[in-house]
Amino acid sequence: MRFMVIFKATADSEKGALPDPQGIADMNKFTDELVEAGVVLGYEGLHPSSKGARVHFSGKNRTVIDGPFAESKELIAGFYLWQVKSLEEAIEWVKRVPNCSPTGEGEIEIRQVFEPEDFAYAFSEEGIQQEKNLRAQLAAQAAKR
Amino acid sequence: MSAADPHHATHRTIEAVWRIESPRLIAVLTRLTRDIARAEDLAQDALVAALEQWPASGIPDNPGAWLMATAKHRAIDHLRRNTRLEIKLAELAPEIAEKEQAVPDYVTAIDDNVGDDLLRLIFISCHPIVSLDAQLALTLRMLGGLTTDEIARAFLVPEPTIAQRIVRAKRTLTESHVPFEVPRGSELEARLASVLKVIYLIFNEGYSATAGDDWLRPTLCEEALRLGRILANLVPTEPEAHGLVALMEIQASRAKARTTPTGEPILLLDQNRAQWDQLLIHRGLAALAQAEQLTNIHLADNPAGNANNLASNKNIVISTGAQRSGDNSAQPIDGVISTGAQRSGETRFSTTSSRTTLGPYTLQAAIAACHARAATPEATDWHRIAALYATLAQTTPSPIIELNRAVAISMAEGPLAGLDIVDTLVTEPALKNYHLLPSVRGDLLTKLNRHREARTEFERAATLTRNIRERELLLKRAHECTRFNQTPRSE
Repeated sequence: MRFMVIFKATADSEKGALPDPQGIADMNKFTDELVEAGVVLGYEGLHPSSKGARVHFSGKNRTVIDGPFAESKELIAGFYLWQVKSLEEAIEWVKRVPNCSPTGEGEIEIRQVFEPEDFAYAFSEEGIQQEKNLRAQLAAQAAKR
Repeated sequence: MSAADPHHATHRTIEAVWRIESPRLIAVLTRLTRDIARAEDLAQDALVAALEQWPASGIPDNPGAWLMATAKHRAIDHLRRNTRLEIKLAELAPEIAEKEQAVPDYVTAIDDNVGDDLLRLIFISCHPIVSLDAQLALTLRMLGGLTTDEIARAFLVPEPTIAQRIVRAKRTLTESHVPFEVPRGSELEARLASVLKVIYLIFNEGYSATAGDDWLRPTLCEEALRLGRILANLVPTEPEAHGLVALMEIQASRAKARTTPTGEPILLLDQNRAQWDQLLIHRGLAALAQAEQLTNIHLADNPAGNANNLASNKNIVISTGAQRSGDNSAQPIDGVISTGAQRSGETRFSTTSSRTTLGPYTLQAAIAACHARAATPEATDWHRIAALYATLAQTTPSPIIELNRAVAISMAEGPLAGLDIVDTLVTEPALKNYHLLPSVRGDLLTKLNRHREARTEFERAATLTRNIRERELLLKRAHECTRFNQTPRSE
């Protein structure tokens, strides 16, 4: 399974402030551990939103809005792409991310990436039949209660 | 027990922690106890303790350390019990006691170089003294943290069979006093080849999974990729480790494009390349570059090379997704084929660590990379592919590789050039019942407008394949030949 591990922005990251050298060293060491575990597919850091833009869609209209954007908590500062067996495994690894935030507060969001099987399963005959079987099973269980 | 049940959630978390921590745990314990069966028992004891205590006490802040401490305490207790027994014996028989060594200090130096321990564990799990099937199971168990049931389902084998394989393998390793050291020098090369073979076989098992199979089967590709990446990190100066990773990353990059929504296989040249995973391709190309660079460094160090290197190295796996998933051939074979020789454990090792050329996994990766770099089938560098197959044929001579080379030559220089090579293979005993040979021949003959001959070949190929979809495809091609009213050419 693949997960995107999203580092939320902070006021500091939005200011373009780099973490202190110890913080950088800690993150590098952590990334090394992940790489050694064969879990990392990729990772990137993102520039503050002041260097970015948004495009708003409304029917045929497109409106461009330049950064910076407010609500830094909802913005993204960077991400990893990991390959692990389960959401729980992703959570366990995320818990080990060093806390480099100067305020001590921070948030990391974990989102599962769609895999080809997710689509193929939905459309394959076997998938459709298994889906039906599962629904029938659940219905039977509900009827018993 | 519903998913919201806290015990259920804790259990899943414990499983996740186990998956992260168990390989290192077992690796360190193996070094401590010098007994892989004992090491796994101790690790399992620690897991049982975690399952008993953590639901109530909560997951510890450092779960890995908790497991390690629990297992170590039991290991030390066990060793002390043995030592007390030895001391008792010494009291009864002093002359024996003099020969005994002092009790080693197990407490310190336990956490030194866990990487070395992990590498040792990898080499032990893939030790050639154990049957190949057992190496696969042992590796997935020790290094993948898979349960016996999961391994059984992934390989379509009954669970007791896997359980027995693992038990026997551990017993063999213990009884034959296999040294728990990372091999060195020329032995490293040979043993590394074993490891690469195991990993690639696991990958191929996953790659050959078809729609409707147990969902665990395709996850074998992920397992193999993970193991390959771990290995490449542990032996970063070994080009073939990177070569294998490159090969797997690039093959895995095609996962989305390889089958239709209903599970029909799609040939490489017909795949929608927009669905090829560029991240995996990027990673694969980077790993390939590393392998090539490291090989050049080796070549620089050993310019004379060694002719023995080119001796047939049957320890390499060449496995095909193509054959299992029913790819019809006239098209480049997307991987390589596992010959009976590999699975039966026949091996011959190259006797030196220097290379005069890229290694077989690196070569296969380079071939896969040629396809990966082509934005369209027309952009494929067939000359390069043909040259790579020629080099591969030198290190691992095989009529199947020659067949692949023929296909590449036909794409680069035209069907007649390819047919010339294929025709040298028709009397090859190893290919007597190999359906891809007449299939390729049929395709080349079609391109040369020799439709009557082509039809014969396709019909013959159809009789040789056991795969139903493949047979249908071949018979369809045979039928299409009949629509051409051509007088046969005299050549």
